Amino acid sequence: MLILTCPYCGIRCDETELAAGGEAHLKRFGPGSSDEEFEGYLFMRANPKGVHFERWRHAYGCGKWFHAARNTATLEVYGTYPAQVHEPPQEVLDAISTRVPGWRWKDVS
Amino acid sequence: MGHYSALAVVREAFRDHRGWQRAWKSPEPRRRYDVVIVGAGGHGLATAYYLGKNHGIRNVAVLEKGWLGGGNTGRNTTIIRSNYLQDASAAIYEKARTLYETLSQDLNYNVMFSPRGVMMLAQTEHEVRGYRRTAHANALQGVETEFIGPGRVKELCPIIEVRGPRYPVLGALWQPRGGTARHDAVAWGYARKCSEMGMDVIQQCEVTGIRTSGGDVSGVVTTRGDIDCGKLGIVVAGHSGHLADMAGFRLPIESVALQALVSEPIKPCMDVVVMANTVHGYMSQSDKGEMVIGGGADGFNNYTQRGSFSHIEETVRALVETFPMISRLKMLRQWGGIVDMTGDRSPILSGTPVGNLFVNCGWGTGGFKAIPGSGWGFAELMAKGESPLCAEFGLDRFREGRFIDESVAAGVAH
Amino acid sequence: MSRRLPKGGRLIDRSKSLGFSFNGKEMRGYAGDTLASALLAEGQVLMGRSFKHHRPRGIVASGPEEPNALMGLGRDGTFEPNARATTTELFQGLEARSQNHWPSLENDFGAISSMLSRFLPSGFYYKTFLWPRAFWKHVYEPAIRLSAGLGKPPMRRDTDHYEHFNITIDVLVIGGGISGLAAASAAAESGADVLLVEQDPAWGGRAPVDGARIDGMSAEEWIGSTLQSLQSMPNVRMRTRTTGSGIHDHGYVLLHERLTDHAPEHSVPRHRLWKVRAGQVVAATGAIERPLSFAGNDRPGCMLASAVRDYVVNYGVAPGERTVILTNNDDAYRTALTLREAGLGVSAVLDTRQQATGPLAAAARDAGLNVRPGCGIAGIVGRNRVDGVQVCRQDSDGEVIDVIQADCVAMSGGWSPATHVWCHAGGKLSWNDEAAHFAPDPARPPTGVDGMAMMQVAGSASGAIHSGTALESAHAAGVLAGKALGESRGRKAGRAPAGEDEGHQPMEPVWLVPARAPYAKRAKSWLDFQNDVKVSDIELAAREGYESVEHAKRYTTLGMATDQGKLSNINGLAILSRELGAPIEEVGTTTFRPPYVPVTMGAIAGEARGELFQPVRKTPIHEWHEANGAHWEPVGHWRRPYAFPVQGESVHDAVKREVLATRSGVGLLDASTLGKLVVKGPDAARFLDMLYTNMMSTLKPGKCRYGLMCSENGFLVDDGVVARLDGDTWLCHTTSGGADRIHASMEEWLQTEWWDWKVYVANVTEQFAQIGVAGPRARDLLNELGPSMDLGREALSFMAWTDGALGNVPVRVFRISFSGELSFEIAAPAGQARALWDRLLEAGRPLGMTPYGTEALHVMRAEKGFIMIGDETDGTVTPQDLGLHWAISKRKDDFLGKRAQEREHMTDPLRWRLVGLETLDGSVLPDGAYATDEGVNANGQQKTQGRVTSTYYSPTLDRGIAMGLVERGPDRMGEILEFPVIDGEPVRARIVNPVFHDPDGEKQNA
Repeated sequence: MLILTCPYCGIRCDETELAAGGEAHLKRFGPGSSDEEFEGYLFMRANPKGVHFERWRHAYGCGKWFHAARNTATLEVYGTYPAQVHEPPQEVLDAISTRVPGWRWKDVS
Repeated sequence: MGHYSALAVVREAFRDHRGWQRAWKSPEPRRRYDVVIVGAGGHGLATAYYLGKNHGIRNVAVLEKGWLGGGNTGRNTTIIRSNYLQDASAAIYEKARTLYETLSQDLNYNVMFSPRGVMMLAQTEHEVRGYRRTAHANALQGVETEFIGPGRVKELCPIIEVRGPRYPVLGALWQPRGGTARHDAVAWGYARKCSEMGMDVIQQCEVTGIRTSGGDVSGVVTTRGDIDCGKLGIVVAGHSGHLADMAGFRLPIESVALQALVSEPIKPCMDVVVMANTVHGYMSQSDKGEMVIGGGADGFNNYTQRGSFSHIEETVRALVETFPMISRLKMLRQWGGIVDMTGDRSPILSGTPVGNLFVNCGWGTGGFKAIPGSGWGFAELMAKGESPLCAEFGLDRFREGRFIDESVAAGVAH
Repeated sequence: MSRRLPKGGRLIDRSKSLGFSFNGKEMRGYAGDTLASALLAEGQVLMGRSFKHHRPRGIVASGPEEPNALMGLGRDGTFEPNARATTTELFQGLEARSQNHWPSLENDFGAISSMLSRFLPSGFYYKTFLWPRAFWKHVYEPAIRLSAGLGKPPMRRDTDHYEHFNITIDVLVIGGGISGLAAASAAAESGADVLLVEQDPAWGGRAPVDGARIDGMSAEEWIGSTLQSLQSMPNVRMRTRTTGSGIHDHGYVLLHERLTDHAPEHSVPRHRLWKVRAGQVVAATGAIERPLSFAGNDRPGCMLASAVRDYVVNYGVAPGERTVILTNNDDAYRTALTLREAGLGVSAVLDTRQQATGPLAAAARDAGLNVRPGCGIAGIVGRNRVDGVQVCRQDSDGEVIDVIQADCVAMSGGWSPATHVWCHAGGKLSWNDEAAHFAPDPARPPTGVDGMAMMQVAGSASGAIHSGTALESAHAAGVLAGKALGESRGRKAGRAPAGEDEGHQPMEPVWLVPARAPYAKRAKSWLDFQNDVKVSDIELAAREGYESVEHAKRYTTLGMATDQGKLSNINGLAILSRELGAPIEEVGTTTFRPPYVPVTMGAIAGEARGELFQPVRKTPIHEWHEANGAHWEPVGHWRRPYAFPVQGESVHDAVKREVLATRSGVGLLDASTLGKLVVKGPDAARFLDMLYTNMMSTLKPGKCRYGLMCSENGFLVDDGVVARLDGDTWLCHTTSGGADRIHASMEEWLQTEWWDWKVYVANVTEQFAQIGVAGPRARDLLNELGPSMDLGREALSFMAWTDGALGNVPVRVFRISFSGELSFEIAAPAGQARALWDRLLEAGRPLGMTPYGTEALHVMRAEKGFIMIGDETDGTVTPQDLGLHWAISKRKDDFLGKRAQEREHMTDPLRWRLVGLETLDGSVLPDGAYATDEGVNANGQQKTQGRVTSTYYSPTLDRGIAMGLVERGPDRMGEILEFPVIDGEPVRARIVNPVFHDPDGEKQNA
């Protein structure tokens, strides 16, 4: 039963207040994209065992979407941040690097 | 390995059971095999078994990082049914169900397949229509099902509250030949038979890398040394993406936790398997007397084999409404497994961008019931390069938009 | 024969005698007794039968680890199976029955399986029952199921109720023994808010029984004064009868509190499930004594040594008159001394160690007890209970050197920390060779949301079995837990309480008594009492290759009983490790899973029962429907009237009447469940152009347009009429089930993809009711209510809307039609909708106006060939499949689903497409029927070429009509398809245009 801090409300939300929304920082491909690009956008997922960036909605709270950097093997949460960004903010990346030495952000899209 | 029979048990009883041999050998890995299967769960072992039995390929190793049958094979709610809507699903699950009927004799290991009947409750008009549709489809697919009314539901399962109050039971899709089996025994029986055929089932052997040469797979790197192979099958529910990553391709897969629970054992009071999809819960009674209960999966990626309690709560709440008598039973144990979910919630049995490398994954919440059919088809695919059972379950369907969506008839893929 | 001692019993109140019954026999006990102690006091040794072999069984333990004494309690609506007598508090009128026997506890037919046990080793069922094949289903399995289960199933509805509590707390301390009390004190003194829970009704745990001395006081005194100080602290909450049930991720802990099990006369909830979010958890869960494995160790009368002294000290009950102690450690000497002090006989203390040199052994000798080092038990004399003990050398194969008369064996194989809660959320254990147990490894704790330890372990749960070290560890754990919250509280815990240890001789692990016991003895040495798993079974598993601890467990069922291996796990592991020649730490443990003690399902379900289980959403007109005989249909969380049958009318006839009345006069529909989303802002037009397949930006204010929404995967997911309210405001109608989903999806796109677009979305579904007025006389009816606006054919044309007032209610009127009739949908503020509905009813009476339900609505839309989301669509159908090309803009570069619809399979000319279907005989096609094609596919399945998506009896046409998806359907008009029917002749139907009624739309344009 996760708790994630909503970056809008500042509230530590119980999982039951939240709706999970899958992998974050996916790039949308529309008309004009190749079959592979479109398939990748809709279906291919990083699904890492370890550090993961994912989308959540504070569904039974402020209603806002936000992102969480979370470890799928330990469930440690490195940080949450608003969804209106194309990549994780530096402080979240730093927090991950501190906890997971040698870890590097790579563009997953 | 010695033949199993009641006579053998009696014979052994008079010599203190000293004569029983190992159910499977515990060999050191050899340098090379014609076929290596990664993952000694039900699907992996069944694949090996049918490679040997149907295709004469016996120079096979099944590698397992932990203990055989220790993944989802030993963590599910043991339901077997084939009342699927889409032709491709019905074909592979019905093949599996048919094989289950004779599996104990085939393997000379009692997997306790119990064709006690499975019913899926219709609790909205939408579900009624969906299950009627499924019943029609099943009739043409050669799957014996029927849509039954609430009276028959109550007759088959007296402990159901059919009158609601919230969602009265309007009927059910009934598959009389569905049922349950002893999950561990399925893995053990296959392992024993594979071992008997001369295959190597190697536990405590984790694959840490996949080697390729000229676009084809050439072997695996393991914690017990390098192993060469002609063909490689990846059959590692929950960790498929991880293995694909080693081979340099990606899968349309996400790993999430699915939970189940059992009550303390009570005397038999429920002879059928009941699934209630409107309220998200399903229940059956094991031969030991425990009520075996499952529900929904988590919505986020997770590799911990622990799920969120809110799902347990939701499931129990739904089932206490549906079966009021369970209110005073006690939950004995809850657990979780990691299931891999594909984009259309149907499995992948397919070749890959790497030559001679095949994947069998994405069974989501419904893999146990498919084990023999999955093994049968996947073995054929690995041996011959194609299999009618697997034809629709290729990886390319996601690119082409050729989905196999079972959720359409109010069904879920448990 | 009463076994109640003349004095003693710190937990019972001898002034309050309570009557209860066991298997129908009236008995008496005292307030404070457990059912187990009361039964023992009444001389009841036999308490139940084991699971597999139906062996006679008595009490082994005194707590939740009890495997044998399971009872059926109560009757009817309060009947509970499998209740442990050891944790069931006695109350006046308690009814208990033993389980798993026939015809009686004393004479159980099933016990024949015990005589056959040599033929029923572990896993025998995997090797047998194989032939003949049909016998498994019809003979073998029914026979096995007859012997399955323990207690009887409850057959009546539970008459109790349950509730949930939610709480956030700094520090949760699980366990109210001296360690829990010390840890709670330290954490509370540090300034933390503390919740302290104890599973028993009394605080203090084992210490008062074991005679510990703390800070110069007796344990009892110290507990009293510590409780007093904790109770005086405002930051401490305490609960007894509350079990730490499961530790879940991120500090989520479930506690199971029993409020009325001991006092059923109270009408408060029976149980309470606490959902705790704890900053830190302190596990002060104590330790559990291990039995010893010797032949006959399951005979009634063989008990844990600690339990024996619990019954004497806590309840003033003598488990035996002449007890033999068997131990490999010093602790069991406490039992010997306790028995002696109570005036009970101790026949011998058999100590498996070669020497007994500890201070407790010395005290025993001083008390005149017969201490026999290096000895063990070769066997038990007696069938249904212990009558005597055969003594042997521990270091032997069991040659009997002596037989001692005894009626009780108090055994102790050492103590295992209760590490369950530590492990639930991922904490790891390490093996301690000296104490021969697994204890929490502080270096590998369960971690919380921040990746840091979320749990401390205190006292004997940490492996500190002796009270002095236990208290130190507990205090430290409490301090750490307090500290983990940050130094901000600025308070310091006091000093650690000091326990006095008398010193002890090290225990020596013994996994089999005697060490070289032959097979015959190993096959009678129980590990798991309830499931009848013996030493020989684990050996067999290992020999057959079930070497992993999980394999051995599952093959033998060790540890899978209702006690979940609390007594058997370590002993079983040790046997397995011995058999494999591998150290125990390499063999490892099975996974510890919640709950620690079984939790009532009702408590998990909580309050959400009956009316509160998924409460029904109601429209403002719901009550009218209810009062007027609505036949309901669940739709999402709503309940909608399917039809309104009048006196004596069938539902089918009602639908027919409603349709005909609407088509010929006027009908009234409560359409309030329709989703209503207001989309507003400078970029709203652009946004809606992305969401809908249609062009919404060109819609003129005052007008409506039917719109389609697809998923990004290209499939049709929702439809509805969109009205442009003004320059930058649109009102989007969605399906009833779709409102929340579509609203959420709009927010998702706006927040996560087009976050710089200036658009606001509001879901006003519940703010407005919607009433459909349809039929040739619809306009006449509305005009009866004195509309403030012109509703004439030109003034309010088809697909236009207008604001105004109707019968003094402010309304917005949409001229849209889902029935094909002249139709108005009237949106009114939710609070005034019922008034408007009533006025319409009144004004409509002279016109023969008829309220209609969802089925008439569906029939009428099908007669018109309108698609229904969920019927014609199922998540795999595109708008193109449904012939809705006209609603897909060709002028837009992009909209959700556009790219997906370009994929190979989506443009396949062989896709199934929408057509009408007309049976040749006028009958109604069965719902969901498939049209067959010739031949079979590669898997031998009959080929199909189409299916029925909607099918109805049309009252208007007086015949069956249907819609369906058919391969190349629209190109095959007039062709005849065959639809096989289960148990009947195939139905033949012709492919026709799906619009069956008024194809030119003259009626709706009237």
